Amino acid sequence: MAEPRSALRPDLAVIADHVPPGSRVLDIGCGDGALMAALRARGCDVRGIEIDPDSVERCVAQGLSVVQGDADNHLVDYPDGGFDYAVLSQTLQTTARPDRMLEQLLRVGKRAFVSFPNFAQWRTRAALMFGGRMPVTRALPVSWYATANIHHVTVADFRELAQEKGARIEGEWFFSSERRIAARGANIRAEFAVFELGR
Amino acid sequence: MTGNSRICRLSQPLPLDGGGALEGVEIAYQTYGELDGARANAILVCHALTGDQYLADTHPVTGKPGWWERMVGPGKPIDTSRHFVICANVIGSCMGSTGPASIAPDGAPYAMRFPVITIRDMVRGLVGLLDALRIERLHAVVGGSMGGMQALSLAANWPERAGRVLVIASTSRHSAQNIAFHELGRQAIMADPNWRRGEYYGSDAQPVAGLAVARMAAHVTYLSEEGLTAKFGRNLQDRPEKSFGFDADFQVESYLRYQGSGFTKRFDANSYLYITRAMDYFDLAEEHGGRLADAFAGTAARFCLVSFDSDWLYPTSESRHVVHALNAAGAPVSFVELSAPHGHDSFLLEHETLDRVVRGFLDG
Repeated sequence: MAEPRSALRPDLAVIADHVPPGSRVLDIGCGDGALMAALRARGCDVRGIEIDPDSVERCVAQGLSVVQGDADNHLVDYPDGGFDYAVLSQTLQTTARPDRMLEQLLRVGKRAFVSFPNFAQWRTRAALMFGGRMPVTRALPVSWYATANIHHVTVADFRELAQEKGARIEGEWFFSSERRIAARGANIRAEFAVFELGR
Repeated sequence: MTGNSRICRLSQPLPLDGGGALEGVEIAYQTYGELDGARANAILVCHALTGDQYLADTHPVTGKPGWWERMVGPGKPIDTSRHFVICANVIGSCMGSTGPASIAPDGAPYAMRFPVITIRDMVRGLVGLLDALRIERLHAVVGGSMGGMQALSLAANWPERAGRVLVIASTSRHSAQNIAFHELGRQAIMADPNWRRGEYYGSDAQPVAGLAVARMAAHVTYLSEEGLTAKFGRNLQDRPEKSFGFDADFQVESYLRYQGSGFTKRFDANSYLYITRAMDYFDLAEEHGGRLADAFAGTAARFCLVSFDSDWLYPTSESRHVVHALNAAGAPVSFVELSAPHGHDSFLLEHETLDRVVRGFLDG
């Protein structure tokens, strides 16, 4: 029933590979449960939060424990330090207050994984600089007026926010065209980033 | 499908929350499917306020299909080709389990001498039935509305007895509004001159008018404005114009009167008083020192809660309250709010997503 690892999105594969078996994990914005299923197959105790009822139903049908709710309002219901890891994949930029979300992640999880599309990637910069238009790229495929991404973030911004919130960066991974790239120059080269945070 | 109706006489007196114990308790129940060799495939389905054990077979009084026949059967979401499904009439009710209409040890019906019972007392009776059936651990306990209260009570008080707990359109406590509507129904029954302080058994004059009004008031709480408007609007019943009188001019009036009078043929007025009282007293947090999470401390069961967006009797916020407590207790819990136009009664009606959630949760 678990997704084969290779079918996971690259950021989810990184997370799945770095969560130790047996960990308690909260996947915030878990979608249809692909990461949860992979982590469960590795012996983790995984819970999810998801806003879309159809996705929740698909998770429940796989025997996954998912609560329908929106992370901005319902993460506060979760107890302090209840999880070894809190995961927020490709969701930070859709939250009402990413700074508060980061605080919540580090409250409910002893550690956190956060992945997001990097708004400072050269393609995005080029679209703004040369086109003068809000970028529509592979990583940010929806027009500005319809996108769920209300708080665009860059690798440099995220590092600064993590520091401001007293989080330690325990690991970082960068991708361009599905391939892992080096950390050097990541703010301009990375299409998306994955950070592991400790508190 | 045909059920296998039986009566189980509990060998021990049933201790009650209100004090004392009830002797010689009988529980009427139906089963569907086969119990496996390990006695591990049983699902207990708990019925709502005016439900009974006729879950998936023809009701002997009304001749209508079982109340959840669409959900329970071979190949259905609660699959009787794989699971042994049990549904019992709760104590205090009137379809074969010991209740106010039963004969007391002195040879006369209990009537209002029947002790006031609680949801936990009902569940104690159900656990007695499970003991008699030699089922130590249920695959799952499932319930909607008052059935959901029983499922939560079983999970909180007998946590080792069920592996999964599915609670649909329910609550962990009766709100002031819930109690208010129940009081309306009870007062209607007790104001009926034929009620005679509950001593109407064997008489030709039954408190049917009061019971029908109680049912009509409750029925309105089971529906939504959207559902009522879609079904009836302000349409007139069998007449071209208003009568300027108090006949059932509107279709919705006629419908409620029909629901009310049909109900009196199958339900006992005193049972209605006792069961609504049990629901009003229900407050799972209060039973566990005031903190709902403590009710579920150390539970090993998996939970799933479902609410409906048009249910104003037990709204989504009530389910979220339980989910919050289960999270605080560290229990694995799923929750989904389903979109449905029909209010609280949605759990009894056709809903494909509900079916998938039920099937997925029970099998996953």
